[in-house]
Amino acid sequence: MKFEGEHLLPGEVGHFFVLLAFVASLVSSVAYFYASAIKNDSEKRSWIFFARGAFFIQFISLVTVFITIYYICSHHYFEYLYSYKHASKELEPKYLLACIWEGQEGSFILWSLWHCVLGSILIFTSKKREAPILAIVTLAQFVLLLMIVGIYIGDTRIGSSPFVLTRNEINGPIFSQPNYLSFIKDGIGLNVLLRNYWMVIHPPILFLGFASTIVPLGFAYSSLSTKNFTDWIKPALPWTLFSCCVLGVGIMMGGKWAYESLSFGGYWAWDPVENAALVPWMILISGLHCMAVYNSTGNALRASYLFIILAYFFVLYSTFLTRTGILGDTSVHSFTEAGLAMNVLIGIYVVIISLPVLFLFVYNYKKIPAIQKEENISSREFWMFIGSLIFFLAALFIIGVTSLPVYNKVFGTNYADPQDREFTYNKVLVLVAFIIGVLTAFSQYLKYRNTEKKYLIKNIALPVSIAVILTFLLVFFYPIEYTKKGPGFLIAIYIALFASIFSVIANAAYLKTVLKGNLKAGGAAIAHLGFALMITGMLISSGNKKVISDNRKTGLFIPFDKDPTGRQTEDPMENLTLLKNVPTQMGNYTVTYLRDSAASEKNRTFYKLHFQKIDSTTGKSTEDFMLAPDSYRMKDNNLSSNPGTRHYLTHDVFTYISTISVKNQDADTAQFKIHEVGIKDTVFYSKGYFVLNDVLKNPNNERFHFTPSDTALVADITVYGQDSTKTKAYPALVISNQQINFIDDTLIRQNLFLNLAGLANDKKFKIGVKESDIPTDFITLKAYVFPYINLVWAGLLIMACGFVVSIGRRAKAANYITALSVLFVLAGLFYMFLVANS
Amino acid sequence: MKTSSIIILVAIAAAIGVLLMYSVDFSTYDTISSAKEKPGKYVHLIARLDKSKPIQYDAIKDPNYLSFYATDSLGGSTQVIYHNTKPSELEQSDRIVLKGKMEGNVFECDNILLKCPSKYKDDKKQLEKTVSQY
Repeated sequence: MKFEGEHLLPGEVGHFFVLLAFVASLVSSVAYFYASAIKNDSEKRSWIFFARGAFFIQFISLVTVFITIYYICSHHYFEYLYSYKHASKELEPKYLLACIWEGQEGSFILWSLWHCVLGSILIFTSKKREAPILAIVTLAQFVLLLMIVGIYIGDTRIGSSPFVLTRNEINGPIFSQPNYLSFIKDGIGLNVLLRNYWMVIHPPILFLGFASTIVPLGFAYSSLSTKNFTDWIKPALPWTLFSCCVLGVGIMMGGKWAYESLSFGGYWAWDPVENAALVPWMILISGLHCMAVYNSTGNALRASYLFIILAYFFVLYSTFLTRTGILGDTSVHSFTEAGLAMNVLIGIYVVIISLPVLFLFVYNYKKIPAIQKEENISSREFWMFIGSLIFFLAALFIIGVTSLPVYNKVFGTNYADPQDREFTYNKVLVLVAFIIGVLTAFSQYLKYRNTEKKYLIKNIALPVSIAVILTFLLVFFYPIEYTKKGPGFLIAIYIALFASIFSVIANAAYLKTVLKGNLKAGGAAIAHLGFALMITGMLISSGNKKVISDNRKTGLFIPFDKDPTGRQTEDPMENLTLLKNVPTQMGNYTVTYLRDSAASEKNRTFYKLHFQKIDSTTGKSTEDFMLAPDSYRMKDNNLSSNPGTRHYLTHDVFTYISTISVKNQDADTAQFKIHEVGIKDTVFYSKGYFVLNDVLKNPNNERFHFTPSDTALVADITVYGQDSTKTKAYPALVISNQQINFIDDTLIRQNLFLNLAGLANDKKFKIGVKESDIPTDFITLKAYVFPYINLVWAGLLIMACGFVVSIGRRAKAANYITALSVLFVLAGLFYMFLVANS
Repeated sequence: MKTSSIIILVAIAAAIGVLLMYSVDFSTYDTISSAKEKPGKYVHLIARLDKSKPIQYDAIKDPNYLSFYATDSLGGSTQVIYHNTKPSELEQSDRIVLKGKMEGNVFECDNILLKCPSKYKDDKKQLEKTVSQY
């Protein structure tokens, strides 16, 4: 059959270049391996020359593949499954990029493109190590491309190509018609959760971080294969720093994304997918510190090897966790069931890259030089090593708990996450934060090999005192109110807080007193300062995060007759319903849901919320702002929300929509009609009648719990509906702070609003009645205050700058280049984390 | 590094290992009937929404009260109370992971993870369903 309207050429071109890249990477890898084994110089050079050619052919091929995918997505060629699944006509160009890395195939291409970029730099810089390092990089390329090559061996398909056709992959009646394309009006499009600028920027950075971890591994391999165990550390250091920097920033970008546009209610939830990215970073940091120790003292070479090899292994392990669907029941990030094929391919990756290098390490273990003399306890290297080890063990703990679904699979058990997942991690890592805080604070003042006690005490005394004073000031003036886990955990938070403040102060003081402001040499101190500041911000913002959408404090709340779980209606709950145009108290704010406004994308609506803080003594408004959280409502009623956040220097007010009313186009024009009603009088309305049974002063009943000191009147009304229902209603009138508050009662089923409007003559009462034909517009939202969250982002910025300074120093870059790089990184991150979206 | 420091490190590792074992109170995946046998114990249920029974949720009355019925593949059935908003995809979900504990006759749930076909666009069956609607 001939199909109409298909564009098959781009797919053929694209697939050709996939195959070319695949073959070229294999050729390049074999040539590089061969070159690294040859002793003869001229022959070696010609092999390297050949391998380079193949390398650049696969680089160009991959760029072509990338452009071709972009082309089929941007032209909405839905005959391609990739375009159909990930693109749609309304997507803006930047989201077209995002839809490339939304899919498995596209993200592998992104990863391998970074390998190409890094490989090109290595070709020109790594000199005699080029052959073994590039052999590893191109071998990794080969495996990555295997995942997208899409060729058949017999009946088995190897890898899944991004250029497969919709009609070949999916069964459907329309595909038996030649004009099937005319039925496919639009693609499925980018998941609405991912339509965010972080989706454009975060995956490339994170994948650069992941891709760059192969470079230290390549250096380690080059030394193991040439049995020249000692001289790889120095050139590998800037690369390891780079990898730590990029991966760290990438992970926290994910956190910032989760915080500002996914409704996870925070920046870190110990979700398995987050942990899977964090663990390789932590192990790499351990490796980095061991490398630094070796570089200065000759110790910890074996540990450097081990950590670098393990860091890469855990990169692959995290790929396995996040891409094979094994986390399906434990992670909020829904990853797809990729089936056996992905497991096999990742298995191949481990078997041909990680295991051989590990084997070489074990095989050569005895030959790797190690200093037999024990480190002095007052030496810097001893404590750096302890710190690395603690960090490594913490990483193992995290991945150990995260791997639960893997144990279940392997051992057939049925263990599940603990009840409070976050606390399971927090209670261990709060202690790690303490140890790391203290270590990063004082080890700067230690000298390699041996430190005089006097010198240490003289320098450390002032930072310790300042940190103690600051911590005590916090205890008294800004206490952490995280009491739900008991006093033990609260004390642990304070101890960790002290350690991180200590580290901030000590590192700042170190820059000033010891380095005398010589920032060039202070990369480590700057990075540690930033890290400690980040931890300080995390402890404070999470410890004092407040839910302000507490439903206890509004009159709106009407309990169901009986909650079978026996929950008291006074229990604080996080969701609060706001009726349109009804001011509602929320924390210190009076919040009014004013109106909706449609966004340029279909199905997306912004909800305008007016926040006002009114000074109770003067009655004046002290704070006044609008927030516009939004949500997408899809055609099958799925709701996907983006938070609205008000940023202040010291705190954020954070809201997001959890439920919305079904939209109705007609405006509600009904007004309250006032009836003057005596006790036991009957009033009719369109769907029935109601009787005013009594008016109670300060009642204490199922609905209200007033005490004699209050001033409140509550009407006791029974509503008899046409449908022979009998419902009680209690509109109320409360006087507090010389203000009258009306607490209306709403009978949803009757669409009846009752209001006790005041007293009338002759012992009668004014009862307001409003009937509405359409349901009231409302939204339910959660609102939090995150205090001092900017410390987290500022800390990250400083840490990244510290890394850049260190890279500049280790790579012996000219001062102005380092300075420019720092400025560039600082400006970019400052814009992304603190300016954009606020 | 010498033997003594290795011993210290192994001791630290062991201490952390012990800490880990005692600190992590893993829960289990259960069926509705086995969860009913251990009331008050925190479990995970893999179940599906019982569409023949009513879903009770009214955000205006109480945004933090959702009640529905869940069944599992072994035929167990229970009422579920969730003190939070109703996940918008609840009715469309084909599998739900409920975290919580049995209290009396109801399952008091503190976390719902929905497995929705719409999220699984890589799932071929779902794509086929979508395509056959054209």
